[in-house]
Amino acid sequence: MKSIRMIFAATTALFAASAVHATDLEVTHWWTSGGEAAAVAELAKAFDATGNKWVDGAIAGGGSTARPIMISRITGGDPMAATQFNHGLQAQELVEAGLMRDLTGVAEKENWKDVVAAPSLLESCTLDGKIYCVPVNIHSWQWLWLSNKAFEDVGVAVPTNWEEFVAAAPKLREAGKVPLALGGQAWQRRGLFDVLLISLGGKELYNKIYQDKDAEAARSEDTAKIFKAAADAREMSEGSNVQDWNQATNMVITDKAGGQVMGDWAQGEFQVAGEVAGEDYTCLPGLGDNALLTTNGDAFYFPVLNDEEKSAAQEELASVMFDAKTQVAFNLKKGSLPIRKDVDLNAANDCMKKGLAILEKGDVIASADQLVTPDTATQIEGMFTEFFSDMSITPEDAQERFAELIENAD
Amino acid sequence: MVDPTGITLHGEVGAGADGGPRGPRPRRRFSRRNIFIYGTLIVVSVYYLLPLYVMIVTSLKGMPEIRLGNIFAPPMEITFQPWVKAWAQACTGLNCDGLSRGFMNSVIITVPSVIISIVIASVNGYALANWRFKGADVFFTILIFGAFIPYQVMLYPMVIILREMGIYGTLGGLVLVHTVFGMPILTLLFRNYFTSIPEELFKAARVDGAGFWTIYFKIMLPMSLPIFVVAMIIQITGIWNDFLFGVVYTRPDTYPMTVQLNNIVNSVQGVKEYNVNMAATLLTGLVPLVIYFISGKLFVRGIAAGAVKG
Amino acid sequence: MSSKRPNQLFRNLNAKIASVPMILTAMVVFFGGTIWTIVYSFTNSKLLPREKWVGFDQYERLWNTNRWLISIENLLIYGILSMVFSLVIGFVLAALLDQKIRFENTFRSIMLYPYALSFIVTGLVWQWLLNPDLGIPKVVRALGWESFDFDPLYNADIVIYGILIAGLWQGTGLIMCLMLAGMRGIDEDIWKASRVDGIPAWKTYIFIVIPMMRPVFITTLVIIASGLVRVYDLVVAQTGGGPGIASEVPAKYVYDMMFLGQNLGQGFAASTMMLITVAIILIPWAYLEFGGKRRG
Repeated sequence: MKSIRMIFAATTALFAASAVHATDLEVTHWWTSGGEAAAVAELAKAFDATGNKWVDGAIAGGGSTARPIMISRITGGDPMAATQFNHGLQAQELVEAGLMRDLTGVAEKENWKDVVAAPSLLESCTLDGKIYCVPVNIHSWQWLWLSNKAFEDVGVAVPTNWEEFVAAAPKLREAGKVPLALGGQAWQRRGLFDVLLISLGGKELYNKIYQDKDAEAARSEDTAKIFKAAADAREMSEGSNVQDWNQATNMVITDKAGGQVMGDWAQGEFQVAGEVAGEDYTCLPGLGDNALLTTNGDAFYFPVLNDEEKSAAQEELASVMFDAKTQVAFNLKKGSLPIRKDVDLNAANDCMKKGLAILEKGDVIASADQLVTPDTATQIEGMFTEFFSDMSITPEDAQERFAELIENAD
Repeated sequence: MVDPTGITLHGEVGAGADGGPRGPRPRRRFSRRNIFIYGTLIVVSVYYLLPLYVMIVTSLKGMPEIRLGNIFAPPMEITFQPWVKAWAQACTGLNCDGLSRGFMNSVIITVPSVIISIVIASVNGYALANWRFKGADVFFTILIFGAFIPYQVMLYPMVIILREMGIYGTLGGLVLVHTVFGMPILTLLFRNYFTSIPEELFKAARVDGAGFWTIYFKIMLPMSLPIFVVAMIIQITGIWNDFLFGVVYTRPDTYPMTVQLNNIVNSVQGVKEYNVNMAATLLTGLVPLVIYFISGKLFVRGIAAGAVKG
Repeated sequence: MSSKRPNQLFRNLNAKIASVPMILTAMVVFFGGTIWTIVYSFTNSKLLPREKWVGFDQYERLWNTNRWLISIENLLIYGILSMVFSLVIGFVLAALLDQKIRFENTFRSIMLYPYALSFIVTGLVWQWLLNPDLGIPKVVRALGWESFDFDPLYNADIVIYGILIAGLWQGTGLIMCLMLAGMRGIDEDIWKASRVDGIPAWKTYIFIVIPMMRPVFITTLVIIASGLVRVYDLVVAQTGGGPGIASEVPAKYVYDMMFLGQNLGQGFAASTMMLITVAIILIPWAYLEFGGKRRG
């Protein structure tokens, strides 16, 4: 089977006729928001500087639109040269099937292991001691972004933690603002819950549930509190009729919403809009309650190609992505933290510095995507999408369903 | 806007006088009837035209006007900037050349797919209508079954079939996919159409010793312009509008227009630029729309022939 | 009929050769693909198909999933309503256009043009028209009807009707054309006769014209039904399955399971259920269509 795939991988597409130079590499990703596009341009610039050419294959609509396309192309034997993929268990089977290039050589030559800032992220790229992907940044989910002006408008001090934020919600509501902006996509809703779980429930509870799949912990009184908080969030988010995360962020930027719980990539949007951290908006890592960050991140995988020149260029691209200079340029635009600890981030703004400080203290935990299979994740996402849009589901019912999903997780 | 209630009221009166030209004095009755008929048709037309109107009007407005104003209001200041942006400047990722990139690609994909799928389906339909052989109905039933299978369900088997044939990711593969998925409806239409051609014609040709292909090219083909028009319209629309196969079987340089459209509409950079989205939507739909308006009459005639006889 | 009588296998040889593409499509893609899907629905395939048999596990889980049940319910509601409305609206519009009116071409084009637009475009336009902050609801409120809050796309109870409005907008034009074509095929004498007998027009339509249009209705039903299973695109573009999971449809469940959840087995189990449903509906039809009037 494998050899057949290899043969078909070699069949050149009629379409590819225009791609004469072997060093044109097609890179697919789903980074299309303002901040993201600016960041990806930095990667392309750095790669083009090596004399190769980055052929951009952006697919808008988020990972849920892009991933099926990537998977069908890779399994269909017509892979791209590099593709964005989340860390964790998503790409594992493709690696096991021998469809992904082994990057151990590059990684060892450049000592990735010694300079990586979040070892767990490199760990997720590793299978049987071999490295199959390049982590390009560290993202964390646990941020509360607040519009200073929105709170000024209603005469309340900008909250410093989740509880104050909840308390301020009615005032915002009265003034016709949506207290908490929340997009309609499933991943945003599950993300919100996970953030509440970590920031309000703490590391131990989180690990028990997601790492040990402990259904008892999921049924416990502590978790019940998180579901109560989720119900508060549900009420606060009523009326945010947007789908995309960056539209929700835009509600905060335009002061129509009080705040948004979103990963640090939201930072890129504030930057593009010309807002200044501390003046126009406030960021609270760990919702201001529990300064703990998960380390998510984006990574690039390199499917096995049969063209030697392209294969060589793939390794070059991998090396460029991990390069210290590219890392700084890319992450400043993206709003995320660099994957290397040996880079200088003087240009970083307030929020990024807060994040760096937490990272240095080592208050980090593995993200849920690294702990549960995509299958379980999708089921949990489905459940929370339902919960956050249907007021009639009580927190108790939701908790029980959540516990069942944890119980059956494999 | 027209006041719909007034018209329907008149309409009901008209309908009560059970329309048919039964009694004497047809004139007065006619006018009542006409108010009812034209009134209803106009109201219905408003429903059909409203989205198009809103799309056009919005695509000619600037963003501030959209945010403040009423979506039905005509633009205060007409701007073509959104159209220019949608065609040539809108960004996805790093590519900021709008829809223009996809147009030629869509043409390159659509033309061979339409031609090949129609040629094959028409010959099939002809064989089924005039040269029935044992078991043909079984295959035909399975084929019709295929019309009800969602593309998404067949995506994986299709990926495997194309991979094993070695044409995954090629134009040939894409043409094959469109041929396969267009076949059920097209074969049904062609079969129905050819059945409706008088059998005597066919029999006479047989007596004269004409064979399978001779009859097809000399007799059937010249009589079948309307159904070919219908098939072309259905295929052009379907293939031009296809997103799923287009994106799965092409590469960034060769993405069809719909992929570009999805990218423009779903790449939100800051605020949603409704005017650009609407312009992009209209531009993408332009080709099938033009074909519809040009071939309107033939389309109905062809549909008539392909659908009436079962 | 023909002068020569060759043996069975070579009879109609050309016709058989010409049918090869159809036979291949039917057998390899549709039949083969279906069997393949069914077989793998009994495995726990994740991202790639693999032969790890798990019996009916996937089906058990399928029928215990709330989202699947909601998807089925939605497809049922949407399917029945869309059939009824498409047929009724299509027929009535066709009957109106059949009254020898002026501007027939214009009216027909107006009703037909949405069919030229993809479901993706349709979904986007209606998403926007029904947006409570921008679209029709806002305009109605601005006109003075303050309490008007028809926001189908953000209200889980009625979201499926929001999709129906868009679906009908796109598809009824074609149905109308088919019906109109059918009416034109009916002999003028029948109308004359019914006029002579003094039968009202509506009665003529219901009791005489409709029964005569049976073939048209069959083609129409095939087209509506095959459009139903494709409602996926419309849902994705218009609501993304939301709010929550209120507008999920089976095809979306299949797709999400296969490619988002990376659980091919579960996706295949759901596809199998869909395929079986289609077969249950289709086999009796094929029997009636071909079984009865098989002639040489």
